[in-house]
Amino acid sequence: MKLKKILPQLLTLLFIVLIFGFFTMNAQENMDTRGIEFGFGFLKQEASFDIQFSLIDYDGSMSYARAYLVGLLNTLLVSFIGIILSTLLGAVIGVARLSPNYLINKTASFYIEFFRNIPLLLQIFFWYFAALRALPMPEDAPLIFGSSFMTIKGLYTPAPVWNNFDIFLITLIIALVIIFFFNKFAKKKQEEEGKQYPKFLISLGIFVILPALTFIIGGVDLSWSFPELKQLALTSFTYEGGMGIPPELIALTLALTLYTATFIAENVRAGIQGIGKGQKEAAASIGLTPSQVLKLVIMPQALRIIIPPTTNQYLNLTKNSSLAAAIAYPDLVLVFAGTAMMQTGRAIEIVGITMATYLTISLAISLFMNWYNKRIAIKEK
Amino acid sequence: MFKYVKQLTSLVAMVAVLFAFTTETMAAKKSKTLKNTQKKGFVRCGVSQGLPGFSNADAAGNWTGVDVDVCRAVAAAVLGDANKVKFTPLSAKERFTALTSGEIDILSRNTTWTLSRDADIGLTFVGVNFYDGQGFMVRKSSGITSTSQFKNGISACTNIGTTTELNMRDFFNSKGISYTPVAFEKADEVVAAYDAGRCDTYTTDKSGLAAQRTKMSNPDEHIVLPETISKEPLGPVVRQGDAVWEDIVRWSLNTMIEAEEYGITSANADSMKTSENPQVKRLVGAEGEMGAAFGLDNEWNLRIIKQVGNYGESYKRNIADTGILPDRGPNQLWTKGGILYVPPSR
Repeated sequence: MKLKKILPQLLTLLFIVLIFGFFTMNAQENMDTRGIEFGFGFLKQEASFDIQFSLIDYDGSMSYARAYLVGLLNTLLVSFIGIILSTLLGAVIGVARLSPNYLINKTASFYIEFFRNIPLLLQIFFWYFAALRALPMPEDAPLIFGSSFMTIKGLYTPAPVWNNFDIFLITLIIALVIIFFFNKFAKKKQEEEGKQYPKFLISLGIFVILPALTFIIGGVDLSWSFPELKQLALTSFTYEGGMGIPPELIALTLALTLYTATFIAENVRAGIQGIGKGQKEAAASIGLTPSQVLKLVIMPQALRIIIPPTTNQYLNLTKNSSLAAAIAYPDLVLVFAGTAMMQTGRAIEIVGITMATYLTISLAISLFMNWYNKRIAIKEK
Repeated sequence: MFKYVKQLTSLVAMVAVLFAFTTETMAAKKSKTLKNTQKKGFVRCGVSQGLPGFSNADAAGNWTGVDVDVCRAVAAAVLGDANKVKFTPLSAKERFTALTSGEIDILSRNTTWTLSRDADIGLTFVGVNFYDGQGFMVRKSSGITSTSQFKNGISACTNIGTTTELNMRDFFNSKGISYTPVAFEKADEVVAAYDAGRCDTYTTDKSGLAAQRTKMSNPDEHIVLPETISKEPLGPVVRQGDAVWEDIVRWSLNTMIEAEEYGITSANADSMKTSENPQVKRLVGAEGEMGAAFGLDNEWNLRIIKQVGNYGESYKRNIADTGILPDRGPNQLWTKGGILYVPPSR
């Protein structure tokens, strides 16, 4: 009886081991006959190629491992910005989709149907090349917000120059901790004594005043370095100083956000529509204002429906960011599975590392979203 | 009586085994790649995704170019028909994996011969069919006429996965110029981005610059700067581990170059069979056993010259007449002041 239960599992395990064994042996044999060696020693070698855009210090004299880190951080950056923006846009469009206002409702529907039905790669090309052609050359760029320039070579903004940045950062963290405990305290007071504090205003106050104090007594100082036009040749210009955000990053973020937001908007709509009409009416009947109804009754329940499919969209966005290679945004695929793979010829090792990396990022997002989903799930009391 | 039958059968069996053994060694002498190619009936050739003059497909899907002609020469030699080639367009990033994984048998895709590529990643370079060097293209209106006018902050568009990326870094570092590399996966996007004004300069092999210039929206607005910042010997590549196939590809290329040296063209090849010069006769299969070592017949080289032409014809047809690089520069025979020099076929 017991054997009957275990045997199929054992056979499955054996089958999996055999398949993996076969592929490994096969790869090994073929690599041997072609004189290719396997190993990760190349990661320490000098990369000897430069990367356009990096969040950490990097130049070609550093190792392939460092180049990998640059690519990874660039992938995380575009995924992070994309997730935040697409969530905000998705929520707005999702609510707009339910608006009784005909124009708003139809505009939202049109937006969703348009952007989700065009292949993402096409959209990336469109934003990149259309935007490139439409943007002015550096010398003709108009001033935006008094200090920034949007040009074909990227967005140039003033860059902050900090003095004692660490003190500022620590104060910011302290402020966040105080806000956290204050909110806990306020909630307890409300539950026990029914006393309500203006939680949001006080939190905002702490968040602004504490860091601001460091400027006065902490020796923190902030100045700005402004981008300045520089002539490279007769008709060739660029900006120096300030912060340059490459057009590749902007185009990629735009395309990923507009595409993914359509799916999130539909999740939001489904979540809100999934809550029975009676809930809303009951909440209104006990005297809650419409915004309280949305905040206290509808959203907590709707989130349970919204979160799981939205997790999928976050994963999709992260993986889709690998299309960056097409428009020269130096993400993990372009830098590591592209240039580094070509220079070293270590296809199996590099593809393996890249796959493991994406798997880790995806699992981390999944874990976080599952944790969040559990936290907001209705607890039966 | 039965005794004899038994002995006879064992004798037959022994002979059969011996015969099988000898044919096996004969076949083993021929290369596995050659055998597979002859079985399939076409040569599997990896080319670029479109580089005029080197490997480029027209609207009807016909491939032309000097890189394409190397594969056609091999097809003429081993299959008797220069058209029996299956071309696989590859990006710079895909090319070596396609070759080592066995998807293609020859990589003839403006590929630079370097030590690390030759020694490290399971490849063997068989020769050079184009001597090139990396250069820069700029807009004429910029007034730049030499790389010495480059300034800090210049942005350079290029392809990923090429020696170009490495040379560019060496060049700018040695000049002490800070630069922004903008590296794309495909050449078409590099051209589009540079053409739109994303970069101040476009850098790749000079032959590539000359060829891509023809694709710009207004070719006359761009110039290639005179400086050459690297050596880029481009040539066909095969997988490591099949010496006979390697030799076939090497000598197919050598035959084209040597044929030009001796004035043998596609038009006069047949009449050269009766030439007085034994070297010429060897090149058209009229003397010696020049194909036996490869497991080929004796007219393999004649077929190359008749069907594809000599190197000079190929260059004229693909690169000179198309206006890409009318001047042959170093890609001229050693007898005429160039550096094309191949070992003799004998």
